[in-house]
Amino acid sequence: MNITNKTSDLTISCETGNYHTMCPISCVSWLYQTIAGSFFLVIGTKTCGYFLQNALGVMIFSSPRYAMAELEEADISSQLNDFKELKRIMSQIKSDRNPSVIVCILTCTPEIIKMDLEGMAPLLEAELNVPIVVARANGLDSAFTQGEDVVLAAMVGHCGQAAQGSTPSALPKPGVRPSAEPQPEGNSEVKSLVLFGSLPSSLANQLEGELKRQGVNVKGWLPSARYSDLPLLGENVYVCGVNPYLSRTATALIRRGHCKYTASPFPIGPDGTTAWITSICKTFGIVPTGLIEREAKIWESLRPSMDLLKGKTVFFMGDNLLEISLARFLVRCGAVVLEVGIPYLDRRYQSAELALLEQTCKDMGVPLPRIIEKPDNYFQTIRIKELLPDLVITGLAHANPLEARGITTKWSIEFTFAQIHGYSNSAALLELLTRPLRRNNNLNVSQGSLKQQNYVPG
Amino acid sequence: MKLAYWMYAGPAHIGTLRVTSSFKNVHAIMHGPIGDSFFPVLSSMLSRSRDFAPVTTSILDRHVLARGSQEKVIENLRRKEKEEHPDLIVLTPTCTSSILQEDLQNFVIAAKQHIVQNDLSSECDVLFIDSNHYRLNEHQAADLALEQIVRHYLEKAKKEDTGKSMRSPQPSCNILGMFTLGFHSQHDLRELKNLLNDLGVEVNQVIPEGGSVTAIKNLRNAWFNIVPFRDAGLMTAVYLAKEFNMPYTTITPIGLIDTAAFAREISLICRSAVASDSALLKSTTGFSPLILNQEGLEKYIEKQTSFVSQAAWFNRSVDSNNLTGKRVFVFGSASHSASITKLLVREMGVHVVCAGTFQKHDADWFTHQVSGFCNKILITDDHSQVADVIANLEVDAIFGTQSERHVGKRLNLPCGVISAPVHIQNYPMGFKPFLGYEGANQIADLIYNSFALGMEEHMLDMFKGHDTAEITSRSYSSDASSTKLEWTKEALAELSKIPGFVRSKVKRNTEKYAQTKQINLITLEVIYDAKEAVS
Repeated sequence: MNITNKTSDLTISCETGNYHTMCPISCVSWLYQTIAGSFFLVIGTKTCGYFLQNALGVMIFSSPRYAMAELEEADISSQLNDFKELKRIMSQIKSDRNPSVIVCILTCTPEIIKMDLEGMAPLLEAELNVPIVVARANGLDSAFTQGEDVVLAAMVGHCGQAAQGSTPSALPKPGVRPSAEPQPEGNSEVKSLVLFGSLPSSLANQLEGELKRQGVNVKGWLPSARYSDLPLLGENVYVCGVNPYLSRTATALIRRGHCKYTASPFPIGPDGTTAWITSICKTFGIVPTGLIEREAKIWESLRPSMDLLKGKTVFFMGDNLLEISLARFLVRCGAVVLEVGIPYLDRRYQSAELALLEQTCKDMGVPLPRIIEKPDNYFQTIRIKELLPDLVITGLAHANPLEARGITTKWSIEFTFAQIHGYSNSAALLELLTRPLRRNNNLNVSQGSLKQQNYVPG
Repeated sequence: MKLAYWMYAGPAHIGTLRVTSSFKNVHAIMHGPIGDSFFPVLSSMLSRSRDFAPVTTSILDRHVLARGSQEKVIENLRRKEKEEHPDLIVLTPTCTSSILQEDLQNFVIAAKQHIVQNDLSSECDVLFIDSNHYRLNEHQAADLALEQIVRHYLEKAKKEDTGKSMRSPQPSCNILGMFTLGFHSQHDLRELKNLLNDLGVEVNQVIPEGGSVTAIKNLRNAWFNIVPFRDAGLMTAVYLAKEFNMPYTTITPIGLIDTAAFAREISLICRSAVASDSALLKSTTGFSPLILNQEGLEKYIEKQTSFVSQAAWFNRSVDSNNLTGKRVFVFGSASHSASITKLLVREMGVHVVCAGTFQKHDADWFTHQVSGFCNKILITDDHSQVADVIANLEVDAIFGTQSERHVGKRLNLPCGVISAPVHIQNYPMGFKPFLGYEGANQIADLIYNSFALGMEEHMLDMFKGHDTAEITSRSYSSDASSTKLEWTKEALAELSKIPGFVRSKVKRNTEKYAQTKQINLITLEVIYDAKEAVS
């Protein structure tokens, strides 16, 4: 792993952590769609259920493959037996939906009452004959997109070992290490590439296609489109992430999966995509071809939207961990990023992305943004009042109140649900980022009076 | 444990927060993990609030689990007092923090002492509102929170000997339990005020919507209380009745008949107040509001019902003949479902096959209200059971919540939304009350339009109205059938993944692109290249 310890000019500070974000259990909404036939069971309270149903809106009514196991008073006070209750609920799910895997999401309350689901899972698996993945995605430890990270890290334990040739559906056997026989140093094992991060299949195809053009074949994905197709891991497997919030998964792949990690910026924006492909090619000893022309062509097509951003100031309040990559892309588009709030910054996992951000700021001749980990939304609103940025990228809780104070906003949640990766989606990403600015230009009637309102945070 | 996909009522703290954030200058601090800070999103998105929701989370994380949250909670209370200068800060737990069983009440006392020590002029009150997350739902918790706040301020006034009961010289009332994120509640409040104004009743206070906690001590100046909906406000009304002998009404003025009943009941309350209190008799002589004049009131009701409101005439008109014997299913909160059921049966002549509510705690009241108006009563909070019942009943229309709207879509039945929980489209901008005479008009429109649409569908089906034949000439590829464009299997598979409504556009653009590049075989790469080229 490539850790940049060289002197960096980026200032990273930390605030109180009193910021608004979505609960990490929201990850079920996109993960159940990526993994066909999976079922996500969120073990929690009414609060979790209410959040899911409001955050995911109409999706709830399309018979989604997720549900709540709602804890009742008797569960909290241990009058009911967790194992029996879960077995009953999971049997019901099995008979209704026949899932290929049940992913159990443990929320805050089971965390506090110390429900030992990892201990129960092997027994439940044996009785129900369905693989069970246990992921502790809760608001005590993680924010929004980190939910996916926790689930994928838990899935690493369910991947087979390439060296042993075991089947991927085999349940993990504790204590069994990959083949102890010394591997021949020669070419008997070919380096293979596994990508991690949940993307819609068409998007995954696009990224695979980009790598194929350079002669790199993608061996598998974590998560795979089907649970039975989870990738094989091992010494000769090189892994690379597609999203900036997957640091636990990267760690699990290195430590438990014995894979080798390719540090890289993330394929968001044409600059990020080029850097991402280049890093992977480097790992496989390939000199990439045609990327510079490819990237230049994309930039050319983005030109009209980029003009809107030239010299505009942008402020990220921070809630989904995509912020560093988005800020880097915006700076390359000609914007000046004032502040990057971020829930959590893994400096090792994001090292290459941070370095690219710094380089991009130097190339464009703009000051480095201040990076605030665990921001305090109240202090941020005061800074926004002082700085009056042209665009604030923020969660839904602050968007309308800021708009009412004459501050143009873009909801950050859309970046998690829209397709923003690779060359092909750069235009769509830029479209999302500039839509509020274009809307401002189109609406002239009420803007004047709205802008006159005094900005008062609170 | 319960396997649940959807719920009608939210968790307890949402109810508490709806009450606190409806008051002016009241800040709530929620003690819970980071994801529980979802209320501000509801406030900002559903009610399109222009202000930051007056709710902060005192975040419960690993450090708090290890060390306890006393310091952090007190610090957050102090900080909010300094930053916002609220009249009241409410501390409330979420389900997660309530199982920690920390002494939050004690933190509140400590914070209050601290605030007083540091700033003697600070008027800020601090209150702990607990509600059992495993027993109470959103509505029950809201009811409880409102009562606790009112009780706190009235007891404080008693202690300080301020806010003596000074019944207003003219008839006046308080409206209890109207609050933020309620179903059409802004419009209902406005219509209710119109009605009361017509009747000559002053509105002393509306609690909590837009109310001030410092004015709670003057609640007693009103002659009586109105609880428009049973969801919340009833506990407060009962408390005020017991403690200060204030009468109250719980008639929901939905529909012409119940609006008249409501007016007659408050008239009775006011006339008996005058009869029993000589001071009031003196203050009202020479002044004759409708509410004290039985004959005038009846004339008013007659005029409103027959001429001002269009609903009664509409239901008479030949237009609505086709409503006769229509079978419907009604479901929602206890107040809304019962009122709409009665309205449908008595005023529109529609046959309610089944009426139901998800408010199980109010089942007895609901059953009593709708008995005799429907064939079947359904009390459940399981939305799939509701869907099953609807599927088996063979009704012509559904009147329910957002969930029933989706059931209607699936079963191809028209549905009018008459109760929370609702989606953003049920926070309309136009004036759309459910209460009073204008409410009766709105409801008549809602019900008639649901049926008209159902009828239209039926006609179209009967006369094969929709042209189902594909309009092929619009597709680019069939136009250019002379060119030899071929699609690989993968490319076709990719195309099939694209949502239907844009698929033909993507296909057209891809083929156009392929032609300009003189490519005959469309592969995955060509699709992506085409996408880049056009975007």
